[in-house]
Amino acid sequence: MRKVAIIGVGNSKFGNRNDVNLTELAFEAVKPALEDAGIVAKDVEFMALGSVGAGAWYAELLPAVVAAEYCGLTGIGLVRCEAACASGSAAFLSAYSVVASGQAEIAMALGVEKMREVDTSTAMEWIGRAGYYIWEFHNFGLTFPAYYALYASAHMAKYDTTEEDLALVAVKNHKYGAMNPLAHFQKKITVDEVLSSMVISYPLKLYDCCPMTDGSAAIILASEEKTKELGIDTPIWVAGIGYSSGTANLSRRKNYVGLETSVLASKRAFKAAHVTPDQVDVAEVHDCFTIAEIMAYEDVGFCKKGEGAKLIREGQTEIGGKIPVNIDGGLKAKGHPIGTTGCSMIYELTKQLREETIQKSRQAPLKNYIGLAHNVGGTGHYCYVTILRR
Amino acid sequence: MASMPSLKSREIKIVHNMPISKTLPFWEGLKQGKVLATKCKKCETLYFPPSADCPNCLSSDMEWIELSDEAEIETFTHVVIRPTSFQQYKPYTVAIGRLKEGVKVLAWLTGFKLSQIKVGMKVKLTAKITPEGNPTYAFTPFEEK
Ligand SMILES: [Zn+2]
Repeated sequence: MRKVAIIGVGNSKFGNRNDVNLTELAFEAVKPALEDAGIVAKDVEFMALGSVGAGAWYAELLPAVVAAEYCGLTGIGLVRCEAACASGSAAFLSAYSVVASGQAEIAMALGVEKMREVDTSTAMEWIGRAGYYIWEFHNFGLTFPAYYALYASAHMAKYDTTEEDLALVAVKNHKYGAMNPLAHFQKKITVDEVLSSMVISYPLKLYDCCPMTDGSAAIILASEEKTKELGIDTPIWVAGIGYSSGTANLSRRKNYVGLETSVLASKRAFKAAHVTPDQVDVAEVHDCFTIAEIMAYEDVGFCKKGEGAKLIREGQTEIGGKIPVNIDGGLKAKGHPIGTTGCSMIYELTKQLREETIQKSRQAPLKNYIGLAHNVGGTGHYCYVTILRR
Repeated sequence: MASMPSLKSREIKIVHNMPISKTLPFWEGLKQGKVLATKCKKCETLYFPPSADCPNCLSSDMEWIELSDEAEIETFTHVVIRPTSFQQYKPYTVAIGRLKEGVKVLAWLTGFKLSQIKVGMKVKLTAKITPEGNPTYAFTPFEEK
């Protein structure tokens, strides 16, 4: 396998983007990524697209094809990757593998999602089916918040994690979202606002949940030779990728206090990158719901099992703490365009590791120049952990 | 942003016909008040939800077993905001319970106030018919009030 570098990144404004269609939104990420890398569309040999809602929450059925045509990429190798909310990371792995194996010199991972072309209850209908349709949705009407609420109830019962602890995650991520011009939500919130927001699926409330967001992100990857030939200033190297999966039926899981797929994917990524959790300078973890961020601290290995709430209470996951997490606002405040999120995590880490975040107050201090992205698909159905190094 | 100009797509109505030939005894069993699982005759692995094939030993020689009715709640949630196809119902509670056979079941949890529900409590697994006539299964209190 060859060394592979990230040479260009782009990220659209996240939010309710009814001003653009799917392809126009894709262009908002592809254009800055190409310009960042100093290449043109013709230089890209392969593109993997992460997108989930084709034909469901947006109308186009073949998003990779229409996005490629709109962005001038027609003719290159093309695939759409589906790993639910981790589709962006699956697309990244696909593009990485094509370059690492020597099949291409330059490849692109593109995430694009348009979630607001249907009404909210229709979106909940579709996303609720993202488990085991017949045994969980068809029979019992579980929604996406409900799946994670099952984990929240168990975590609260076993480790005395409280609704206030969950609220602290939302407060932190909104604080950073307010500092990120690309974020869907750019306002601070308080613990009281979270606790008094309406119950969506007990014990999760409105402010424990990520919003339905439109957005795109593009990552351009190149071989070491090509990176040198292009004279890239600050290549960010892919140090290691780990992946795993979990049972479709939540009833077949061992427990509901963590995601085994996160544990396995993290171990594999750390092993591949020859890195330990304490060496990571900045992390993006999958906080589709507040409980998910607390479980991620534990499952990735930033603390022991059951101590996730302590980490947030002590402010250890803020800038200046032990390990800054989701300092772009996370899925919670930056937004979670499902198939885009994995690529957007890589975008943020690349900016952090290059020390070129748009607002300097949002820059994590770097000691080892190592960043980690933890991207879960579904409710621990898929997991990808990607470790980058400058 | 709702005021942004847009075109309405052509309408599509989707209903899938999902085959249940291989798990028919399960759906029939619910109507008779039984919750059935499958057990592999070769390696004795028990499956709930029922499976017609055994991924453990690749055998498809399965027998139907009636599950015991006592479960311990491992977790639960109370769903307030419902998807489109569940809008006609009141908010509902769903739980995962572990049976003594070792398998777990995800089902409705009925007959309790939300404040009464605790992880670890014992409940009864019951097959029943919904008001619309569909077979289903639920966790209920052991002693009827
Ligand atoms: Zn078997």
